[in-house]
Amino acid sequence: MTTGASSSRDGGNSARPVLVYGYGNPGRQDDGLGIALVDRLESWAAAEKIGGLAFDSNYQLNAEDALAVAESRAVVFVDATGEGEGPFEFRRLAPQAAIAFSTHAMAPEGVLAFAAELYGARPPAWMMAIRGHAWEPNEPPTAAALLNLAAAQEFLQSWLRGR
Amino acid sequence: MTRKIVIEPVTRVEGHGKVTIHLDDEGNVAQSRFHIVEFRGFERFVQGRPYWEAPVLVQRLCGICPVSHHLAGAKAMDVVVGAGTGEGLTPTAEKIRRLMHYGQIFQSHSLHFFHLASPDLLFGYDSPPETRNVIGIAMANRELATQAVLMRKYGQEVIAATAGKKIHGTGAVPGGVNKSLTAEERDRLLKGDGGPLNAGQMVAWAQSALELFKEYYRTHKDFIDRFSSFPSNHLSLVRKDGALDLYHGVLRAVDANGKRILNDVDYQEYLQHLREEVKSWSYMKFPFLKALGRENGWYRVGPLARLNTADFIPTPLAQKEFEGYKAATGGKPNNMCMHTHWARLIEILHAAEKMRELLQDPDILGGDLVVKGRRQPEGVGIIEAPRGTLIHHFKVGEDDLIQMANLIVSTTHNNEPMNRAVNCVARSMLTKAGEITEGMLNAVEVAIRAYDPCLSCATHAYGRMPLEVLLYDDRGQLLARRRK
Repeated sequence: MTTGASSSRDGGNSARPVLVYGYGNPGRQDDGLGIALVDRLESWAAAEKIGGLAFDSNYQLNAEDALAVAESRAVVFVDATGEGEGPFEFRRLAPQAAIAFSTHAMAPEGVLAFAAELYGARPPAWMMAIRGHAWEPNEPPTAAALLNLAAAQEFLQSWLRGR
Repeated sequence: MTRKIVIEPVTRVEGHGKVTIHLDDEGNVAQSRFHIVEFRGFERFVQGRPYWEAPVLVQRLCGICPVSHHLAGAKAMDVVVGAGTGEGLTPTAEKIRRLMHYGQIFQSHSLHFFHLASPDLLFGYDSPPETRNVIGIAMANRELATQAVLMRKYGQEVIAATAGKKIHGTGAVPGGVNKSLTAEERDRLLKGDGGPLNAGQMVAWAQSALELFKEYYRTHKDFIDRFSSFPSNHLSLVRKDGALDLYHGVLRAVDANGKRILNDVDYQEYLQHLREEVKSWSYMKFPFLKALGRENGWYRVGPLARLNTADFIPTPLAQKEFEGYKAATGGKPNNMCMHTHWARLIEILHAAEKMRELLQDPDILGGDLVVKGRRQPEGVGIIEAPRGTLIHHFKVGEDDLIQMANLIVSTTHNNEPMNRAVNCVARSMLTKAGEITEGMLNAVEVAIRAYDPCLSCATHAYGRMPLEVLLYDDRGQLLARRRK
């Protein structure tokens, strides 16, 4: 996890960063939209000298991410989605303890519930789901997905400035 | 009336699996199958790409075990660049790769035991599904859940330090590695930053996890010994002296009684010994030992198989546990499915010991990273991935472009055993059962989960992970639907 330019980690909740966490496989075409957005936002925050932000990304969410959630004052998960109208959906998430996790990965609601149960941490959290269209290996993102990515970037930059 | 039960997709298994069980009009299991929609088209995406890209490209195959593909691809390309077959690298390169691999084994096995298997063991496979998960573990045993999180995190940090980054690492290159560790990185992993994330703590927690399992075994011996047990052959790499070695060695297979049926062969010749059968009802092939044929040549891979083929474990604490494990079967091969969890925990301890040993070795700070020799037209790389033997085979043209790729992943090796496991449990749990409960269906999944299958489906677009159980009669009419 990397933190923004002037973020502080002194343990006080107000000093904790807003975590932006992208996940997916960038080798699978539009599945890498979440990680691409985090890369762009990290560069933007560094260039604009915007502090109080932390960035992380991985192939998928898992239990150990509860630790990063517990160390944050707010969390935005970013992933690709194969559903919806597009260009993106941004919505509030709540911990969901009654999970049935299907694979080696966890859903963001499950990670939030795990953080709440294990660390007593309940930071507000949102899901940024960017509409993707194709998921083949070794192909670049589709043109339509890149437009959606740009729209999501514009929205989140504005949203993060207000945090 | 014949009934057909479908479990689709199987939970806590990567990718998309489906179980179908046919009951005849008397309630007996007439047929059972574990189907997998496996992505088999990956090889063609590698064709036409420069060979040096392969170790990075192959990580696109899977978001669960990318490090295993990274290292198997690099080992194959070591041969292509004339760096030998796993023994010609510089000491720094080989040890950095081993550290990366044992970090991967440690975090992957920890995930499987604590998050995927322990809910079934601690709460029972027929306990309420709402609590039979990792959050239920956290509620019941906070200390255990905290350890599990930090063990995963430690393994991830070892991978990031050796592979360069968490996603699409670039550490292994044809003929070696592109970075070693700095003294600061080494000290952080070895000693931690004053917290519990240090090599010694990982060894201690691996030991306590083993004690947890052994305590469970003492009180549930009958279940652990009998559940989904059946005889099989076992295959893995072993070191040339017979030691357990997850990074490199020769191919060895033993039968259910311990007879050597593949005797320490050079894995560059794997095609002389292994074949794959295609069946009409599954996208995943069925490998077998050529000398024994389709009917008798199938085998298991993974932790259970590895502790059956290896003669000893070359780290002291894991060796002591290995001796106790072998005593449970009088030194004979272990064919008990649920003992896979025991074997996996011994491998976690071995991985922790290996990481500590490697972090104390000054070679990991060295600067001699790459060797090359006479260019070869093809190469095979094999590694013992967390789930079992992983084979990468590439042919490269004189223009340096990949002409052919063949990958046999661990889950493919375990295809026949997983099908037999499903059949074994279905017959014992569902025959004349009357009402089919969620617990019974989960028992079928428990048998599959022991193999920790990874179905190579890293595309996981948000919101698409349902479990659906459908019950049909013999005319295709839907009798019941169960979804979670």
